[in-house]
Amino acid sequence: MSELRFDRVSVRYGTHRAGLTAVDDVSLTVPSGSVVGLVGESGSGKSTLARAAIGLAPISEGSIALDGVDVRSFRRRRPIQMVFQDPFSSLDPRMTIGESIAEALPRGIRGATARRAEVARLLDLVSLDADRAQSLPAALSGGQRQRIALARALAARPEVVIADEITSALDVSVQGSVLNLVRELRGELDLTMLFISHNLSVVRYLSDHIAVMYLGRIVEFGPTEQVLADPQHPYTRDLLQAAPTRHGNLLAVDPLAPVDVEPADPHAPPSGCRFHPRCPIGPAARPDRQLCVIAEPPLPTGAAGAACHFAGLPADAPIGTVPVSQSIPLVSAATTTPTPLSADTVN
Amino acid sequence: MSARTAWSGIVRSPLGITALCLMTLVTLAAIFAPVIWGAQAELVNPAAISQGPSAAHLLGTDALGRDVLARVLVATRLSVVLAVIAVIIGVVAGTLLGTAPSVLPRWLGRPIVGFVNIAVAFPGLLLALFFAVIFGVGSTGAVLAIGFAMAPQFARLTQTLSAAIAGRDFIDAARVAGVSRFRILIRHILPNVGEPLIVNATVAAGSALLAFAGLSFLGLGVQVPEYDWGRLLGEGLNRIYLNPAAALGPAVAVVIAGLAFNLLGETAAAALGGRSGRRRHRLPAIALPGAAQPVSADDDAPVLLVDDLRVSFPTPSGWVTPVRGVSFTVSRGEAIGVVGESGSGKSLTALAAARLIERPGHVAAARLDFCGTPLLTTSDRAVRSLLGTSLAMVFQDPMTSFNPTRRIGSQLAEAASEHQDVTRKQAMDRAIERLQSVRVPAAARRARQYPHEFSGGMRQRAMIAMGLMNHPRLIIADEPTTALDVTVQRQVLQLLAGVRRDTDAAILLISHDIAVVAQTCDRVLVMYAGRIVEDLPAATLHTGARHPYTRALLEVVPELDADRSEPLKMIPGRPPAPSAFPAGCAYAARCPLATELCRETDPELVADTEGHRVACWHPVSGEAAVPVTIATSAEIVTAAEIATAAEIVTAAEIATAAEAAPTMDEEETVRR
Repeated sequence: MSELRFDRVSVRYGTHRAGLTAVDDVSLTVPSGSVVGLVGESGSGKSTLARAAIGLAPISEGSIALDGVDVRSFRRRRPIQMVFQDPFSSLDPRMTIGESIAEALPRGIRGATARRAEVARLLDLVSLDADRAQSLPAALSGGQRQRIALARALAARPEVVIADEITSALDVSVQGSVLNLVRELRGELDLTMLFISHNLSVVRYLSDHIAVMYLGRIVEFGPTEQVLADPQHPYTRDLLQAAPTRHGNLLAVDPLAPVDVEPADPHAPPSGCRFHPRCPIGPAARPDRQLCVIAEPPLPTGAAGAACHFAGLPADAPIGTVPVSQSIPLVSAATTTPTPLSADTVN
Repeated sequence: MSARTAWSGIVRSPLGITALCLMTLVTLAAIFAPVIWGAQAELVNPAAISQGPSAAHLLGTDALGRDVLARVLVATRLSVVLAVIAVIIGVVAGTLLGTAPSVLPRWLGRPIVGFVNIAVAFPGLLLALFFAVIFGVGSTGAVLAIGFAMAPQFARLTQTLSAAIAGRDFIDAARVAGVSRFRILIRHILPNVGEPLIVNATVAAGSALLAFAGLSFLGLGVQVPEYDWGRLLGEGLNRIYLNPAAALGPAVAVVIAGLAFNLLGETAAAALGGRSGRRRHRLPAIALPGAAQPVSADDDAPVLLVDDLRVSFPTPSGWVTPVRGVSFTVSRGEAIGVVGESGSGKSLTALAAARLIERPGHVAAARLDFCGTPLLTTSDRAVRSLLGTSLAMVFQDPMTSFNPTRRIGSQLAEAASEHQDVTRKQAMDRAIERLQSVRVPAAARRARQYPHEFSGGMRQRAMIAMGLMNHPRLIIADEPTTALDVTVQRQVLQLLAGVRRDTDAAILLISHDIAVVAQTCDRVLVMYAGRIVEDLPAATLHTGARHPYTRALLEVVPELDADRSEPLKMIPGRPPAPSAFPAGCAYAARCPLATELCRETDPELVADTEGHRVACWHPVSGEAAVPVTIATSAEIVTAAEIATAAEIVTAAEIATAAEAAPTMDEEETVRR
């Protein structure tokens, strides 16, 4: 078993006043043997969340636990490993790839011969020739370097692997080979993975579950097929629409889309629902939905859900409609900031 | 191999040769002079006290009748050795101080950083004098003094260099792997900061030599009976009117040795910094541009006419030509997309069209006309004003295309006032109006902000607004959305389409994403290895593409509705490097349809149907099976990916052996 559980994690940088909350109250579980895809735009905090899990970002609140053990207690043994985004920066240009991989091997493997054999086995695992161990990273292509980075992450015998945008620095023509490899390895080694990407069509290929992040919060979570086929949160729908695919039309202007607004400032996130200034079904398009400005929608809990007051409601629903299933938690959320407006909307 | 050629190129440059000669001279003198002239230099001769230059004593003799020339030569060893020891002390102490903060706990590291910062601000020679007093007068004191005086400078250098390295991902990766801080320092940081440290140490040796000469001259350095150049200089100076040669001798020696160290440092810096050697290569024969065309901005002429464009760059091993024979035309108001993998020459083509290829790069073309004006034969000034008003460029990283120290508004206004006769107020008003037209919210306020206050998408808008300050006929957008998120990408693409609709400007959109290009352009140029391999209308891209490479590019785009149980498609192998383009079709090594003909002869880009050009010996017809290699087993992937230009035949064989059957998705496309 190797279950990675994020429990109400917040990551804050800077002082309380001039600070930046990169990750805000995120709860997420990566079940043993499954792959969870984490999607979101840059600045949504998805990489920060991953870095917090491997100790490269400070956890301000909450906890991250692997099988119930707090990740901050790991010292020498590092059961969570990460593959970084840029393969041109993640390998030491002065070290042969064999040395880079050997460095991550557990200390239990002693003796030069045993370590060399293990490096050869790992290279074979990522479909590279064992005699490549002698080459420097400069002699390798981006796709090959990313395989090495994967081999290095696997060298430490991790229980969980975090892949942070591992194909976004690669040409589309080689992206497929790296993703196929990850998929094969997953089947072979029964890996537990957190797979981060801004590209939904890449995430869907590997993930069992998808979590969508926006401005430091998880706004939607659910099984991959369900999230893609029937997205509940307007942001997820927006992401799906904007993905350049064969059948889409990037130039078609969504009649419901609000006038272009600037991306929100993470130093001063909008009140209420953080997506409301951009939301095509929120107050920018529907003046009657002031609830979104006032009250934060409840975060998704359980197997699937979206942090939206009007999740799944058609955009042209009659004014004043509130989804019945959500009306009860909404009232309690709204009571923290009681204003006449919120009361009107709920009624 | 390339590193070695770079080295030999630099060593063979005049700078390198001089440095090596001087260094050899100094080294030989330091080693052999005491053995050969040691006795002569110590020989006291009462018969020849304080003589001027003569045949027996070329530089004369000193107050005890000793030969000055011999003493200068013998002093080489002591002078150089002292300088080198001082530098070693400085570098070691400096590196320890500089790297300590990254290993020590924070509360201990910070005072060290502070101490180094203060010490750096303190004048080095003053520090040396201060140490000379502490350590006592004599060579030991002087060595320690100069060594420690150098330490802060090296500490700061090490700190700065390691800070740059510490930000790289491989340091994080090592930390995640559980590697200790000390080991990270030894294995990762020090080897990567070593080169600049060594270069600086060499230059510092020259300064140390001078500093020693200074200290000894002042009587704070080497004491009698020992002697170095500084001491000899001091003795000679007392009698400079009687025998100038006795002072000039050691002075020249100091200058030569100082130069030797400094030039050696410069040479090492040039070699390690990757500056190219001075060797000249002749350009391969390139067709000269045709006869000069009359200069006129013709409204009916195509916006951009490119015929047989070639872009070449010199490398230590000869000229390489990453763009070789590209021809296309952009008509008024047309949107053309250029796609290809990285290194296909698509960006260079655009830069050449905008006259942005800097020396030593070389651009040649049979024709390169912008609005009827030949860019290669018209005077620079005329071209600059034409391009300044009629061409707009949008780059991938808008952060680097704006000056970070100036407000967005004034940078936009400058674009107008540079080429048009408008007042500052008018230019500023227009800047705000243009920012509004690219839908930057609160344009008047944002015009007074600096580039870093804009988000990526907003900066890209401002960049487009800058292009619109004049009246562009062509907007070249080089990967304008690669650094942006999908939602922002869609906004920028919609904006470009809107600008094109409103101003009738043509657009040349360069992208690696064929899905983006297919949806936003009229026509698509597919580039591979510096050539256009296919030129077709975007509307027929999915159904009518005939080049196997175009089909492969379309196939590898991951689709949201593709079967998740199937492995993703990919193109095995990688494009050839510009220095190793094969004689035949450059794609043959990766192409499942390649035959002997393809490997021997490069196909021409020929007209296929109306508005469709393709460069392939075996173009795929619309009804035929789509020949994309679907590598299913890991073995095939590896073998093909490792294949280089040299292994063309093997790779192609493997590729042909792989499955080439169409999937459900492809059949659907064909039917449609």
